[in-house]
Amino acid sequence: MSIVYKRSEGLTDAITNYCPGCTHGIITKLVAEVMVELGILGDAIGVAPVGCSVMCYNFFNCDMQQAAHGRAPAVATGIKRVQPDKVVFTYQGDGDLASIGTNEIVHAAHRGEKITTIFVNNAIYGMTGGQMAPTTLIGQKTTTSPLGRTEEHSGKPIRISEMLATIDGAKYVARVTVDKPANIAKAKKAIKKAFQTQLEGKGFAIVEVLSACPTNWGLAPNEALQWLRDNMIPYYPLGTFKDWEEE
Amino acid sequence: MAKILMKGNEAIGEAAIKAGCRYFFGYPITPQTELPEYMSRRLPEEGGVFLQAESEIAAINMVYGAAGSGVRVMTSSSSPGIALKQEGISYICGAMLPCVIVNIVRGGPGLGGIQPAQSDYYQVTRGGGNGDYRLIVYAPANLQETVDIMQEAFDVSEYYRVPVMLVGDGMIGQMMEPIEFKDRQPNFQDKPWATTGTKGERKPNIVNSLYLDPQELENNNLALDKIYKEIEKNEVRYEAVNVEDADVVVVAYGTTSRIVKSVLEECDKEGLKVGLIRPITLWPYPFEAFDKINPECKGILCTEMSLGQMIDDVRIAANGRWKTHFYGRTGGMVPQPDDIKAEIMKILRGEK
Amino acid sequence: MAKGIVTFDEKYCKGCGLCVEACKKGIVALDNTRLTQKGYHPATITDPEQCIACANCAVMCPDSAITVEKID
Repeated sequence: MSIVYKRSEGLTDAITNYCPGCTHGIITKLVAEVMVELGILGDAIGVAPVGCSVMCYNFFNCDMQQAAHGRAPAVATGIKRVQPDKVVFTYQGDGDLASIGTNEIVHAAHRGEKITTIFVNNAIYGMTGGQMAPTTLIGQKTTTSPLGRTEEHSGKPIRISEMLATIDGAKYVARVTVDKPANIAKAKKAIKKAFQTQLEGKGFAIVEVLSACPTNWGLAPNEALQWLRDNMIPYYPLGTFKDWEEE
Repeated sequence: MAKILMKGNEAIGEAAIKAGCRYFFGYPITPQTELPEYMSRRLPEEGGVFLQAESEIAAINMVYGAAGSGVRVMTSSSSPGIALKQEGISYICGAMLPCVIVNIVRGGPGLGGIQPAQSDYYQVTRGGGNGDYRLIVYAPANLQETVDIMQEAFDVSEYYRVPVMLVGDGMIGQMMEPIEFKDRQPNFQDKPWATTGTKGERKPNIVNSLYLDPQELENNNLALDKIYKEIEKNEVRYEAVNVEDADVVVVAYGTTSRIVKSVLEECDKEGLKVGLIRPITLWPYPFEAFDKINPECKGILCTEMSLGQMIDDVRIAANGRWKTHFYGRTGGMVPQPDDIKAEIMKILRGEK
Repeated sequence: MAKGIVTFDEKYCKGCGLCVEACKKGIVALDNTRLTQKGYHPATITDPEQCIACANCAVMCPDSAITVEKID
């Protein structure tokens, strides 16, 4: 008998506060698995955001700091600048990174901070009950866009990966998803590469992961993944937008 | 050490370096910009790191990350920039992280002006940010006092795990005075709570201010309160001059206190009994100093470069024992000795 | 003949059903006759003999509730 798959040592014993079927759970465990596989768990310091993953400081089996809304890249900058030999990552949602935190993520990328950002994009503010986010799709109904988002009122959704890829200091930018095992494998590869970008001292790395929010989308978990495939992937194309190995 | 002539903002920076601070995150804003500029030159010379952040908000969050990593770190700004930092300061207090924040105060509200003011008293002593918390707040009146306080500030902050704020009005930041740096060894505290990487040898450390369980949050607040009570017992600093038989006591801090001292000299020559209480810590406030005031004192005059913020603490301190009065100038206008003297005379003559 | 053994840790299982969809052999289902301590219907294997130890279920599980062992 050999173990094909088991719970990662990069996770604590904690039961997550993620909703049933929320793909935060998959993404969190991928980050944990990657840190174990790269042997960096003992040198890692993660920065938790405000949002559904606020309590990920309880889920990762490494030192963690909890940051103010949107400010994780600045907190990570502080940690990395004073401890350059450690592996510093942020784990942020779209309400955090793509709204209040856009200044901080742009400048961390611009300075080429050697940190790794995992950006979980579910096109909504989850924790606070399903409000519109800058990433919410046109026509998507949320509690603050009850008739559906319109371009006229709120503009088109923001594509963070494409935008950050234009910044020189951003050395690895990829968008992935976790809707099925094959894509989970690709997402894990991208997350690994993003950490390796830091380990090789190249610069800023970000992986945007399209994620489902069954609770606030009002869909059952598997239906939510289908909605993600049908609606999010066409607007937020998967792919690698910057790769220091290909430059 | 020999005395050297330095500009306030730069002296603050050098004192911090002498105290073992090697990390600075800040942003330009008048009238404190010389401090980040100085640190950008000096810190790399000392093997430290200077980073100009994209905003005051980013800077205070960088301080949070660095402080959580267990190093001596500081930031500086001026009134509107300090206002931006308030959320970050609240988080730093909730997470019990040590650091030093310098506020070179300018006129407000809003963009206000760039001239000196003391209109941040509320901001620095009454929270500023959300929640029950305190900062240890020093308000020096001259550059020697400023550098002495800065050299001790990191030790004090680390000992209590409470941020220290140094408040200078714009004059303190800009003026040049001869100073001497003390030859003293910094007193570093162990930081077993810092996020330095588990190395697989210990449980993860978590730097955090979130406690969703109300009892846990109350417990965290009570723990903080215990520390604040210790600080109130041990860290009060003030100067009291001629209060025991004074007919009028003036209360003033920072640059204003220097103007008051010149008025007191004049009063003394005229045989008038006027005393001074000069708070050096704005928090913890020197309430005990007021117990020394002559019970027959005719009145207490609080003088500030504002429309009256410290006056609230003066009233609390007086506790109904003496009448309290206020005189101030604001917007960057500096109170004139003659005008302060006139207010003192009104009290002495029983006109107030 | 079963190639793998799958166990579900009911401390973590939230009955989300992602494993049900992910299973290549269609042998994972939520057990509607039982509830976990938290009130979820836990996942279970309906036909253990069919398991090929692909671990799709475990890969998909957001709660790391699934262990897959291969029978050598």
